Amino acid sequence: MAEYKWPEMSKRKVMGRPFTRLDGVEKAAGRARYNSDLNKPGMLHAVMVGCPHAHAKVHSIDVSAAESHPGVAAVRVMAPAGTEVQWAGYEVAAVAATTEIAARDAAAKIRIDYEVLPHIVNEADLKKVQSRAKAAGEQIEGDPDQAVKESGIVVSEGTYGIPTLQHSCLESHGNVVAWTPDNKVEFNPSTQSVTSIRADVARALNVPAANVHVHQDHIGGGFGSKFQPDRWGVESAQMSKTAGGKPVKVFLDRSMEQVIAGCRPSGFATVKMAAKKDGSITLWDSQSWASGGIGGGGSPPIPYVFTKIPNQRKLHSAISLNTAPIRAWRAPNHQQASYLTCAPMEDLAAKLSMDPLDLFLKNVQLTPRADTYERQLKKAAELADWKKLWKPRGSQTGSLRRGLGIGVNTWGGAGHDSTCRCNIHADGTVEVELGSQDLGTGTRTIISQVAAESLGLHLSDIKVKIGDTNYPPSGTSGGSTTVGGVSSSTRKATLNALDKLFGEVAGALGSQPDQLEAVDGKIQVKGTPSKSLTWKAACQKLGVKSISETGSNVPKEAAKEGLNTGGVGGVQIADVTVDMETGVAKMNRLIAVQDIGLVINPRTAESQVFGACIMSICGALMEERIMDDITGRMLNADMEYYKLAGIKDIGEIIVHIEIDEQNDKRGVIGLGEPPAVGGIAAISNAVSNAVGVRVPTVPMTPMHILNALNGRKS
Amino acid sequence: MQPFEYASPKTLKEALPLLGSSWADAAVLAGGTDLLSLMKEGVVNPKRVVNIKDIAELKGVAKAGSGVRIGAAVTLDELLSSPLLRAYPALTEAARGVSGAQMRNMGTVGGDLCQRPRCWYFRAGFGLIAKHEGKDLVADGDNRYHAIFGDGPARFVSASSFGPALVALGAKIKVASVSGTREVDAAKFFVAPASADAREAAIQPNEIVTEVVLPGAATKNATYEVRQKDALDWPLATASVALTMKGASVGSAMIVLGHVAPTPYVASDAGSSLAGKTITAASAEAAGKAAVAGAKPLSMNAYKVQLASTAVKRALLAAAGVKA
Repeated sequence: MAEYKWPEMSKRKVMGRPFTRLDGVEKAAGRARYNSDLNKPGMLHAVMVGCPHAHAKVHSIDVSAAESHPGVAAVRVMAPAGTEVQWAGYEVAAVAATTEIAARDAAAKIRIDYEVLPHIVNEADLKKVQSRAKAAGEQIEGDPDQAVKESGIVVSEGTYGIPTLQHSCLESHGNVVAWTPDNKVEFNPSTQSVTSIRADVARALNVPAANVHVHQDHIGGGFGSKFQPDRWGVESAQMSKTAGGKPVKVFLDRSMEQVIAGCRPSGFATVKMAAKKDGSITLWDSQSWASGGIGGGGSPPIPYVFTKIPNQRKLHSAISLNTAPIRAWRAPNHQQASYLTCAPMEDLAAKLSMDPLDLFLKNVQLTPRADTYERQLKKAAELADWKKLWKPRGSQTGSLRRGLGIGVNTWGGAGHDSTCRCNIHADGTVEVELGSQDLGTGTRTIISQVAAESLGLHLSDIKVKIGDTNYPPSGTSGGSTTVGGVSSSTRKATLNALDKLFGEVAGALGSQPDQLEAVDGKIQVKGTPSKSLTWKAACQKLGVKSISETGSNVPKEAAKEGLNTGGVGGVQIADVTVDMETGVAKMNRLIAVQDIGLVINPRTAESQVFGACIMSICGALMEERIMDDITGRMLNADMEYYKLAGIKDIGEIIVHIEIDEQNDKRGVIGLGEPPAVGGIAAISNAVSNAVGVRVPTVPMTPMHILNALNGRKS
Repeated sequence: MQPFEYASPKTLKEALPLLGSSWADAAVLAGGTDLLSLMKEGVVNPKRVVNIKDIAELKGVAKAGSGVRIGAAVTLDELLSSPLLRAYPALTEAARGVSGAQMRNMGTVGGDLCQRPRCWYFRAGFGLIAKHEGKDLVADGDNRYHAIFGDGPARFVSASSFGPALVALGAKIKVASVSGTREVDAAKFFVAPASADAREAAIQPNEIVTEVVLPGAATKNATYEVRQKDALDWPLATASVALTMKGASVGSAMIVLGHVAPTPYVASDAGSSLAGKTITAASAEAAGKAAVAGAKPLSMNAYKVQLASTAVKRALLAAAGVKA
């Protein structure tokens, strides 16, 4: 039986090395084929009609003119008469035609009669949305009423808001699907979950899962928004069936992508905090509210990281809005919670006339990882040159002012269910197959590294096959669970296959299978290079056979095996300059110190943190969904006024990943979400530090900054 | 999308008869950076699209008397590489403000002047005046990027990057139709529409902008744009200034604000207040304040008043070469 534990850090030859992504050149050159690039023979193009009203009842819907439009193959009513539509953009009907233009023109001919109903689409002012608020029960720890009365304490209070964001995937949501007369379904989606989407499609279409085949080579952005086949996936399959099995392509246009295919819930809170003069925090008292669309949703875990504040009162309300529903966003609820905690802490420090770094350090005992956060705060401060550059809030003059701020993160990141199959062929070729997906993070590359390490081969000796339901099932790429899952299953499958190979060649080497090892492209008797066979010669012993072995990561057993685990902390420090006359905030630097376990590839790990930081910069300075009270529609359903950073807006990103022997022993931990959490808090704190007042509303745009400076409400 | 004819004339003479007597008849295609999205969104539905990129007469930057003539089909990138325009930093800075290389490579001078407003209500099909079921969408809605000047019903902001600079420089815009050519002062080219049927530029459906004529550059001039992003982004407020100097002091000053009104906004009082003064941090700031004295911000855009005032100050200092 194979011993699965990772080789010692110092003895690894392929793992731990900064290989560039296997598909990097292909992507950079534009050769990588995304499913939105697919163009199958006879393929139809589908578009949908969105409801223009934020709340309305469909009285009647007449698709006859669309059906007779030239080129139209199928029309589907998605919201029949009587349907109560709860957000603008909701898909009411779909058309498939020989060209996209024909489909659009036909869609424009669909006549829908609505009864328009009242809507509410903005929640920043809690008083105005009381009718839509559902309060969770009050949560109390300690004695918050007494804590606020203690003599000698300093109390700080403020109201903070972080808006709804849209995922804005560069490759929009959609798929190409063919449901052929033999009741088979070929599904080519843009998805974060190749394996589970098969079951979803099978259920929705009432087709045996065995008849559904899913394939995807690449995905152009998901961030948590691409787990389901979505209504358009199901409807496009139905239209394919109607059209006799012709493939149907549906990918949302930019406007629909922005309106209905994303949604990170908002977060608002009035927070009162208190501390002793030495900075020891004694009180957290918050009234928070948030919306993730019609279902309410979004309850940020506050106080974040500093969970052991002795006296707490929390009251949260979920606000139901006539907006498209919540989708998971890289670290669900954590960005909001980090902001709603770290911003009041920065304000408390200002009230105490204390350096916020000292306040955070003073209170690390209130976190579940005191040692980690203390070490990280100090490291981040050192990288930021905090002691030299930080100035007390309000102490600067001049029109350009520089500020520093802190944000923290935490996350799980243990591996998901994953099975890998390793095939070793008699000619020496090695395949590893998983029904997983590479979100652009380097999953293919790290799978290769693990397989090569286990088999004593080079990266180029491994053929990685993912993105297909013909391969063994692997979990959804959400929650930073992929790297732990696929690395562990690959480790086990490759070692299981190697065991079989040892069994085949032990005789030829005059030894026993358990006395063999795979090193540097050879199978040899342990520690005896003179008694060896080259990999190829060893595999030739298979004759007409080949080896095909699987290995699985089972989350509840993973901790015991030590291959992967979860639970990390991280600290980010932002350095910004604000133009006091224009309210334009510019990034100088964003410093990210991240705790992690075993790192398979330091380059792709660092890239993950870069991406997370860029996402934070966009979220802190630019991004927000803007809803119109009167029409109930999203006003910036584009990439023009839904602002995202360009290269010159990003500044310098300094990444410090804590790779060391001790962390390595924890096994593999996912890194997707945690570094995407603290940046918004850090940047908003840096802005407040620079300008001298709290800018309560994210993003830190000129409007919000100048309003705060001039005492105007935003 | 409505089917349309596509014409690609090689001369102005061929092009002009292809234009129509109503806006629905034909649309002019140059860089296409605006027209394509307008057509895709269904905001305009022309029966014919007339490509003018291949018309040689509309290209080129050349001396014209003491001034300079710029063809309407000159791209922003071509404009930036012309040595003849070095004396017009107000114009080149505005071109640089279009910070996407793709936009500068495709976008043209004429297209900048004729592009439609970016008002999100207009783009969503509610028209230039933006009314919906009797409600004034701009006044009662989200007007963070809208006008802070103007008494008329239109509250969008002119999208033109060059408009304020051309007005400040006293440029003329040449327009041609089958019945001949005419010259319009840049200041009169932009119009605040009084009704939903009116347009924001003094140009008829059968006309085409052919060139821009800059007078001899006897001024110190500059443009300052307040943009949140360094990447491609619309300015929040801009100012273009042109100063005629008498020795070390200002003889006369033109101060024109952008992205604050349905047209470039001439701050005449602020301009006259500078006569006889030298440009210093104090006089520039005072002029900036004077320039926004008449501002009437909407519910959400009071912040733009400060941006406009700051843009004026910074443009004046840049024009005079004074460090703040």
